[in-house]
Formats: sequence, C-alpha cells, structure tokens
Amino acid sequence: MNSATGHDIDHKPMNGELLRAQDIREQRMLLSLASPALLMIVAIILIPVGWLFYLSFVGNDGQLSLEHYQKMIEYKSYARVFVTTFQVSILTTLICILIGYPLAYFLAILPQRIAGFFMLAVLLPFWTSLLVRTYAWLVLLQKNGILNDFAISAGIWDTPLKLVHNMTGTLIGMAHIMLPFLVLPLYGSMRKIERDMMHAAANLGATPIQAFWKVYFPLSLSGMVAGSLIVFVLCLGFYVTPAVLGGGRVVMVATQITAILENQFNWGAASALGVVLLVATIVILYAASRLFKLDTALFGKH
Amino acid sequence: MPGVCPATMANGALNLTTHADNQSSEISTALPIHIQGLTKKFDQFYALDSVDLEVRSGEFLTLLGPSGSGKTTLLMAIAGFNRPDAGSIRFGESEMILTPPHRRNVGMVFQSYALFPHMSVAENVAFPLKLRQVSATESAERVAEALATVQLSDLGDRSIDQLSGGQRQRVALARAFVFRPRILLMDEPLSALDKKLREQMQIELKHLHEKLGVTTVYVTHDQREALTMSDRIAVINQGRLAQVDTPHVIYNQPANPFVADFIGESTMLPLTRDDSGRLFFEQHLIAADGPKDSGSDCSLVIRPERLFVIKDQAVDTEQTIVFSGVVRDFVYQGETAFALTSISDKHDLAFRFGTDASSSEHIMQPGDPVSLGLNRKDVIIIPRASEL
Repeated sequence: MNSATGHDIDHKPMNGELLRAQDIREQRMLLSLASPALLMIVAIILIPVGWLFYLSFVGNDGQLSLEHYQKMIEYKSYARVFVTTFQVSILTTLICILIGYPLAYFLAILPQRIAGFFMLAVLLPFWTSLLVRTYAWLVLLQKNGILNDFAISAGIWDTPLKLVHNMTGTLIGMAHIMLPFLVLPLYGSMRKIERDMMHAAANLGATPIQAFWKVYFPLSLSGMVAGSLIVFVLCLGFYVTPAVLGGGRVVMVATQITAILENQFNWGAASALGVVLLVATIVILYAASRLFKLDTALFGKH
Repeated sequence: MPGVCPATMANGALNLTTHADNQSSEISTALPIHIQGLTKKFDQFYALDSVDLEVRSGEFLTLLGPSGSGKTTLLMAIAGFNRPDAGSIRFGESEMILTPPHRRNVGMVFQSYALFPHMSVAENVAFPLKLRQVSATESAERVAEALATVQLSDLGDRSIDQLSGGQRQRVALARAFVFRPRILLMDEPLSALDKKLREQMQIELKHLHEKLGVTTVYVTHDQREALTMSDRIAVINQGRLAQVDTPHVIYNQPANPFVADFIGESTMLPLTRDDSGRLFFEQHLIAADGPKDSGSDCSLVIRPERLFVIKDQAVDTEQTIVFSGVVRDFVYQGETAFALTSISDKHDLAFRFGTDASSSEHIMQPGDPVSLGLNRKDVIIIPRASEL
C-alpha cells in the first residue's frame, strides 16, 4: 500500500465496489419503506378505478358498447347534473376565497403564537364529523330554524326565508366545510412573505393599497391558487352536503351516481358518470397547472 | 460636562471638513436630517433614549453599534417604519415625524434586499418610477442608467432568483436611488456577502455615494466597514449616541470606554492622580498636565499597534513611556502577530506588530521578558466611568 491517493496500481478505486453496494442497499431499504403505500394505492385505487373504467364501456346486454356515454349526450338531465356540479364547485370556491383571503391575511399578520390559537378555531370543524356539521346547518337554516326564528322575532324579515333545500343552503354548507382547505395553503404562502417586502413597497412610494395589490397579492397568489384548486376538486365529487342541504333540488354528479345505483342498479351508467367526472377533473388540473405553474403552488418549489 | 479628561476636550476642534461637504453645494438633491429628542420605548426598554443627531447634507454617516443598540430602530424611524414615542425628525425644513413612509421619498437598501420575486430586475428598478407616474420612455432610460451605474446593464430581463447575492445587492441599490431620493438609507446591506465581495462593495458604495452626492445613513455593526466608508460615524449604545465624529477622531480620541473598547483593539489601564494633578499608571507618569477640573477618574487607552519593542535601553523617557513585562501568550496571524504581555500583577498589555518574512526573530515565546514603548503622542486618556 504505497498509494496515498485512493487509487491502486491498476486504477481500481479503493473500496469502490463495497461503497457502491452500500449505496444500493440503502436505496432498497428506502424503497421497502414505501412499498406498503404503493401496494395500497394499487389495491384500492388503480384496480377499482380500472374496473369501473371497464364497466362504463359494457352495455346493458353485456357487450362492449358506448351506450352509457351516448345516453349522457342524449338526455338533457345529465347535462344539467354536470352544469350544477360545476356551478356549485365554482361558487363554493369563490365564496371560500372571499371569506378565506381576509381571514388568512388576519392570521398572517398576527404574532405567531396568537395566530396558532386562532388557527385552532379554523381547524376545529375538521375534528367534528362532516355529517354532524351538515345537519347542524339544517337546524340553523330550515324554515322554522334558529336563524329564521331569530330574524322574524327581531323584525329583520317577516316571512321565513328559504335558506335550505336549495342552492343557497348547499353553498353555505359547502363553503363552511371547504374553508380550511383554502385557508391553510393561503396562510402558509402569506407567512412566507417577508415584512421587508411591504416596507420596501412603502419606501418606494406605494400607498398601502398599491403595496397590497402590486406586491402582497401577487406573492400570496400561489397559495390562493393551490387552495382554490383543492377546494374546487373536492367540491366536484362532494356528496353528503349537497344531498342533505340541497334537499334533492341540487343534483350533483355524486348524488346522481347514488341515485342510479339505488334506483336502477346500473353499474355501467354509474361508472360512465364517474369516468367523465374523473377526466374532467384531470383536464382542469392540467389546464390550471399550465396556467399557474402549479408545481410552485402545490409543492412550494421556488 | 464637568470633570472630563483633557484628551476628550480636543474633539470639537477636529471636525474635519469632509469630501462630501465640499460637494454638497453643487448637488441640489441632498438634504440634511435633523433628529431631536427621538425616543422609542419597547415596554420598559428604551430602544432610543432622546437621541439628537444632525446628518449633514450630502454626508455619509454610519450608525455603528452592537446588536440591540438601537441603530436599526433609529434607521427605521427615519424611514417611517416604526412610530417613535417622542421627538422630531426633519428632512431639511420639513417635519417628517407624522409622514407615512410612502411619502418620505427616501431610498432604502434592506438587509434582506427585499427585492420583489415576481418582477424582473428591470421591473424591480422601475417600480418606484411607475408609482411616480414617470413616462415609459423616461422610466426605461432611468432604469438603464441605474443598472449601468451598478454594472448590471445586461441583466435587466433576469428574474431575481437567477441572481447571485452580490447581484441582488446591486439591484437593491439601483432600485433605492433610481427615483433620485434626497436621502439614502442602508441597513447592513453587505452583511450577507462573503468577505472579499463585501470589501469590494464597500469601495463601490463609497464611489457611488460620491457620484450621487445624496445624504446617506448607513447602519452596520462592523467597525472596520464603518471606518472604511464613513464621513462621520455615530457610535450608538443602549439607545444613546456614545460619540459622533470622523473615523479618525473616533479611533484616535474615543470619548468614553465604550467607544474605545468597541472600535478597534485596546487595553484600558486605570490612572491615579497625585496632589498636583499629574496622572500615573502605577509608577509610570502618563500625563504631566492633569485635567483642569478634577473629580473624574481617568483611564489610559493603548492601541496594541502603537506599542513597539525596545531593544536598547537608551530611550528618551521624555518621549516614550516604557512598560516592562513578560510575554504570556503569542499568536502568529500572518500579516501581524499578537502578544499578550503581563506588565504587573493585575494588568496585561495587548501588543500587535507587523511580521517579517526574512527572519523569525520577532517570534516570541511565553515567558520571554520584553520592554514595550509607547510614544507620548499616542497616549489616549478617557474618563473611566462611562457617561452612558
């Protein structure tokens, strides 16, 4: 051993193979940690979705056909279901932005410790059952509910307002449930905006309003887009709240799928609806990712 | 000021006329800053304790102090980012204390640079011009001119995250002066850069200041940076100004122990006074003519590099004070070497000297006896008790 540089006489790196073997062993270990999750995804997502996809192309007579998709084009009721679904999803997202943006801003300017306390209030609904929260709204909003009783006795309005079993009720309930999904990413992106940014804007001559629109808002946009997309996509497939608070008047895709399965036991038709919804969601996510550079928004890359 | 030692009294006479002062008459954009009684309290703690400071038109003034001394608080108050509890800040004749930051028209370079990541380099620099509704053609011209000044002409289209630290620093600078503010503030702008780049930027900033002629207030905790760049330095400690003067006076005639200790290396030795007012350190006569008014205890401040080794014993003690001692510690640091020398039971003397490539004669060993001389003109006497 007269070589001090780590190379032998025949130029083999010293211990090179052993070190490489160690490297490979480590990578295998890491892979084995991820394998249960991978198995789960294959078992409970890929296989059933693939099966549904196949079913949607099987006609009522058991032959491969496009009849379920043709029906969707022929019958106006299907189109109405999709319009309603997108209407509810877009409106819910907009309401969440209107309520969530000021809320996230308020949280972001508070000192970290106090903000943590208020954040609990935002997250609290997460810890109660979705069903409980939805029925709680029913109690509050129905014809002889708490809100109507209070408003009439206080003389704010005379006849009970129809606040539930319609679009209004659905939107109120959906916005309430979806709000944390918007506030959390938005709050995260706002916290990352340095205080110096606003100081710099003011120093360079921007009024507080100009500083907000030209500096703060663009910098918070990535969090807002991420949160809005999460809300929007969750809304597209939502079932419980529109079913309970819509009272049968707000028929979304998920509601329609249940109806088809319960009334007709037609797996093919239900699957076709599911496939169309899935494809629509993927197309929207793809378009949004091209438009807003989503990898930045969703994964925090800079 | 009763009982102040003689050396400190000379400060007033040494207010040098600086380069910037000569220029200020030609430049109409510069404005002086008058700060009076500025006080800022956080709970029970005074971040600024009735600060009075005059920043002359066109000068480069550095606020120098340790962290928590109040230097950044003072800068933020000038920019308008915090609300003082009392006092007055005037730019020229106009009172600014109630003016919101966006109407103060001062340029500022932030420690974090605070460049807007959603805008390109050119858009960042154009931002203040856009807000001032400067026409597109003029704006483009001025942005190009500002980028050329900071040597970034080719990078206007880059996004901020494509720039190096030094380049970001330059963009921040260009953005701060492109709208021709009358006052420029800088909050430790070089602290994120590595040593070499920092020293290069110090020289560049100094040249830029000479070119723009704008009144500049610069905050740093780095005393070497302050000495390098400033026309005057305001040393700040615990919310009060410890001394405001030129780098030369601050270094050679510190007004109090804090300044003597904070700026440069120093050894402080307590002095005693005999009946005729002469000042002694142990048996050494330090100053024959004691202060006119007695009452204040004094210290002798010795800069380590002002000491020299005495080889032959025939020294003129009229000119030179001789300290004999034993080397306790010796450190070789390249261009200089440092020796801690024990000159009595209680006192050590720090001694720094230039090294010699051709011989190793200067290298000392702990335990070596050594005689160190101090020229009487290098004697600095300051009041012992801090007035702060």
